[in-house]
Amino acid sequence: MRNTFVIAKRELGSYFGSPVAYVFLVVFLLLTGFFTFTAGQFFERGEASLGAFFGWHPWLYLVLVPAAGMRLWAEERRGGTLELLMTMPITPWQAILGKFLASWIFIAIALGLTFPVVVTANVLGNPDNGMIFAGYLGSLLLAGAYLAVTCLTSAMTRNQVVAFILSVVACLFLILAGFSPVTDLLVRWASPAFIDTVAAFSVVTHFDGFQKGVIDSRDLAYFLSLIGFSLFATGMALRNR
Amino acid sequence: MIKIENLVKAFGAKRAVDGISFNVERGEVVGFLGPNGSGKSTTMRMITGYYAPDGGKVSVGGHDVTESPLEAKRLIGYLPENAAAYTDMTVRGFLEFAAELRGLSGNAKRKAVARAVELCFLASVLHQSIDTLSKGFKHRTCLAQALIHDPEVLILDEPTDGLDPNQKHEVRNLIKELGRTKAVVFSTHILEEVDAACTRAIIIDRGRIVAQGTPDELGRPLDEVFRRLTLPDTVTRDTVKT
Repeated sequence: MRNTFVIAKRELGSYFGSPVAYVFLVVFLLLTGFFTFTAGQFFERGEASLGAFFGWHPWLYLVLVPAAGMRLWAEERRGGTLELLMTMPITPWQAILGKFLASWIFIAIALGLTFPVVVTANVLGNPDNGMIFAGYLGSLLLAGAYLAVTCLTSAMTRNQVVAFILSVVACLFLILAGFSPVTDLLVRWASPAFIDTVAAFSVVTHFDGFQKGVIDSRDLAYFLSLIGFSLFATGMALRNR
Repeated sequence: MIKIENLVKAFGAKRAVDGISFNVERGEVVGFLGPNGSGKSTTMRMITGYYAPDGGKVSVGGHDVTESPLEAKRLIGYLPENAAAYTDMTVRGFLEFAAELRGLSGNAKRKAVARAVELCFLASVLHQSIDTLSKGFKHRTCLAQALIHDPEVLILDEPTDGLDPNQKHEVRNLIKELGRTKAVVFSTHILEEVDAACTRAIIIDRGRIVAQGTPDELGRPLDEVFRRLTLPDTVTRDTVKT
């Protein structure tokens, strides 16, 4: 536990010690603002909810989360520090968990800085704040799932660009499996049961409930097991030295 | 302290390490000699638990590196080949990080960092970011990391690589000094270092031990012995054979 904390502390420090953190935060906030207020028509909707805000998150995270996570292991490989880390008296799992948690905390900070959206909704109307909380929880889990996938792709290569592209593709699949334009196409030739099975793998399907204010244990289990599986696979990928 | 039995590591068809055995006791400084690509680094990476051996056994202080890696790794201080370090950290931050991973905290951590800084002459760059350091300082920062917990076993992969003559001299003396109470293995291809710091030398070529003994036992001059035992171009010889 202590080692996990030490690793996480260093990793978080390296985010804020470089321009990465600030560029990321600024771009993230600009884009959430744009999508929510302009593209999402936050004001024109005439309802006090954050639907216009959360609805974009699977797409926004698709690019931003892999960008935040691509360096996690690829940089360790390229810089040779992986050798240093893996010869320290710590287990690989402590390192994997520590790095994952640091980047997750970083995303949580970015997400926390979107609080003006919540304030705006509360000033202009009476939104259901329980629903907003559920939305934030879902969004955080969604980011965690993408991040865990990025950890895996990052552990497989020493090249950050390769890690980025692979994780975007993997996360895109996780969206499209349950994205209605895609599932509507499938309806023509596949059985509904098959489509439901495929859609059950999608982050969109499981994120929907949170947006509606429902915290379902099945959705929680989905995100946590996706994170768990990806981190486990990260451990396997790191055995290749 | 270090027991190596019949160690094997293969990368594809190439056997980088092919049945190496030796022991190192406390109070010994073993120089690991060999041409580039002879398996020095690979052997060291197996001792430190970075590579899993394909055959044979390594134990450090009685702990098998594969079976109880944490116990073995606690006893080892390791300087990897290219002196890797987190370049975005300051020297102090990096050494504190290493100390924390070694289980040190509070006063013990402060003392350990101060001691390593003094041993490796890092006081003048303590607050500098590692990527702004010259090669010599970067190298010594990584060496300081290896010494931070005052380990009983030191594995140093080319500790004098990239240093200027004065720094080389300092590091050699440091190794000699540390070797009085610890088990030290260091690799090099500078033969004069063997005379300067080692109690014993092991010469390896193409993954096998071709000679070992004190510098005097190996014969003089050392560079002639080295040339006789190892082959200048392993590629040529392999092609001739097939």
